[in-house]
Amino acid sequence: MLSCSVCSLQSEGLERAVAAFRSVSGDEGVSLGEAVREQHGRDESVHRCRPPDVVVFPRCVEEVSALAKICHEHQLPIIPFGTGTGLEGGVGALKGGVCFSLRNMDQVLDLHQEDFDVTVEPGVTRKALNSYLRDTGLWFPVDPGADASLCGMASTSASGTNAVRYGTMRENVLNLEVVLADGTIIHTAGRGRRPRKTSAGYNLTNLFVGSEGTLGILTKATLRLYGIPESMVSAVCSFPSVQAAVDSTVQVLQAGVPIARIEFLDDVMIGACNSFNSLSYPVTPTLFLEFHGSSKSLEEQVSITEEITRDNGGSDFAWAEDEETRAKLWKARHDAWYASLALRPGCKAYSTDVCVPLSRLPQIIVETKEDLIRNNLTGPIAGHVGDGNFHCIMVLDPNDPDEVQRVHEFTERLARRALAMDGTCTGEHGVGLGKRALLREELGPMAMEVMQGLKATLDPKNLMNPGKVL
Amino acid sequence: MAARVLVGVKRVIDYAVKIRVKPDNTGVVTDGVKHSMNPFCEIAVEEAVRLKEKKLVKEVVAVSCGPQQVQETIRTALAMGADRGIHVEVSGKDYDTLGPLQVSKILAALAKKEEASLVILGKQGTFASEVTIDGDKIKVIREIDGGLETIKINMPAVVTADLRLNTPRYATLPNIMKAKKKKIASVKPGELGVDLTSRLEVLRVEEPAQRQAGVKVETVEDLVGKLKEAGRI
Repeated sequence: MLSCSVCSLQSEGLERAVAAFRSVSGDEGVSLGEAVREQHGRDESVHRCRPPDVVVFPRCVEEVSALAKICHEHQLPIIPFGTGTGLEGGVGALKGGVCFSLRNMDQVLDLHQEDFDVTVEPGVTRKALNSYLRDTGLWFPVDPGADASLCGMASTSASGTNAVRYGTMRENVLNLEVVLADGTIIHTAGRGRRPRKTSAGYNLTNLFVGSEGTLGILTKATLRLYGIPESMVSAVCSFPSVQAAVDSTVQVLQAGVPIARIEFLDDVMIGACNSFNSLSYPVTPTLFLEFHGSSKSLEEQVSITEEITRDNGGSDFAWAEDEETRAKLWKARHDAWYASLALRPGCKAYSTDVCVPLSRLPQIIVETKEDLIRNNLTGPIAGHVGDGNFHCIMVLDPNDPDEVQRVHEFTERLARRALAMDGTCTGEHGVGLGKRALLREELGPMAMEVMQGLKATLDPKNLMNPGKVL
Repeated sequence: MAARVLVGVKRVIDYAVKIRVKPDNTGVVTDGVKHSMNPFCEIAVEEAVRLKEKKLVKEVVAVSCGPQQVQETIRTALAMGADRGIHVEVSGKDYDTLGPLQVSKILAALAKKEEASLVILGKQGTFASEVTIDGDKIKVIREIDGGLETIKINMPAVVTADLRLNTPRYATLPNIMKAKKKKIASVKPGELGVDLTSRLEVLRVEEPAQRQAGVKVETVEDLVGKLKEAGRI
């Protein structure tokens, strides 16, 4: 079942490399153990485990650089690993090689409260950072759901439910320290620099954001922080149709309401959530909303939004300000993944991830639902409707090759439907292993050539996470 | 309506930090280590602030004992909604040897001085998982071995907070800024008539023994043999 070939493990080159790794990171910093390698060969996607030949655990950037130099000398693939919570198979070691587990580099470094910035090492997860920051009144709002490492989030250009107000990783990474394939250490915005904006040179920082480990290993990220809002209000509202829900979303944004979260659940998903949590939401398209601000501004935001939803045929508008009731209101949305899985116990789930301009959202959701029904597939829908991004949570039996094939074909059709509507095949999960062909279709040959040229310049030996993205 | 609630808040090493013992075994390393409010004290503050929001108490006063730095902890309590703070100045050797006996004397003296009807503290002892004020009595539900026990007590009273009492709010940035205007009064233990001499002396601090790796055995005979070897049976 393991794809790691025993013969490559016995190759002399690898043995010499492993000895060199040990001299850099000590015996505890290098592992050939089968369980450890398997753990580092999989993430939370449906792609099968592709374990590396060896896992190293560097403790500082100098070690990362030294280890990378050894890999470079011995032509060994390098796969950076954060928390393994990715959804596109980005950490699979397709050609074997060395997994760089960054979990021991877990310090929050320089926090500058008045400047709203902080620098973190790659082992720091977003929940750990927000816990660290809790006394300062600051937080890092990008919330992809999982407790991912922040550098991993930078690597996949992660987003989440808050993006409509706070942006994605692209807008919130100020500087990166990167170790390139040959061990060179660079600072994409200059060492230690953290101005809130800059026009200095090419935007190297955002070149690495979203590069999914194919251009370098991220060893430090300087992040933009925000003040924790004074108050939050959560709300739920049901709609007679997908169109009505999306129209409301567009109008709320046009009204200038600085809405923090606006999430869409389709009727199938609401049905699943009702069963899973013994709730009784009307089984129709539903919006879950969250507002941030001072108590006064919240009153205004909620009242404008309520009016808009009413004008679009919305009903059962419920809202709450205290934490426990808010959590109850949003429980359906929080448990969407598990509620979907519960529809068919024993099955696995795969999340699609297309993103289109807002105005095309009703059409693509309607067409997608028709596709699901026509092909007898289970795919409840949850979406970050304020960004035009939605996920079909495909629940499938991995042991049924026919269903696996139908799901695969469905996701290809869905991606192409999104591309045809001026959208993208991946709004926030990344390209990883499964969407490389779609990326080519999305960008077209000229842009692809430029990307390939950049890759060839930064990693001529193609050692950085080979087989991903391009 | 009960007038005043006193809440004790303690500045401790942050729960996410890995504690290390000093090389000379006299204590744990605290220099340069991240400190924050004891999580149970956060729950206590949250409960007090909620009582105020329900208009069951008029004023929440946050108290901490220690050197200058504990004012940060008091400020966090103010940002969460406490009205004013009291900093009981204890530093140097006195702070190193400050123990539960001295702190309880200090809090008792303060509770009297401030005419507090209720003192809420982070837990030790029996714990409250729900607190309501009913006229001039407090109804407390507390968790005991057999389940839940509901008791009604007179005020003034001391209540300690359990994990399940509430989820503390984050100190938001606007509230932190507003809290800067709230007052923190300083007072010395002597002014409260409390003697800080400790009757305890710390002799030595050590890390717990490292966990040893286990050993796998193939048969029951092996297991019995190994246990005999180790003198366990």
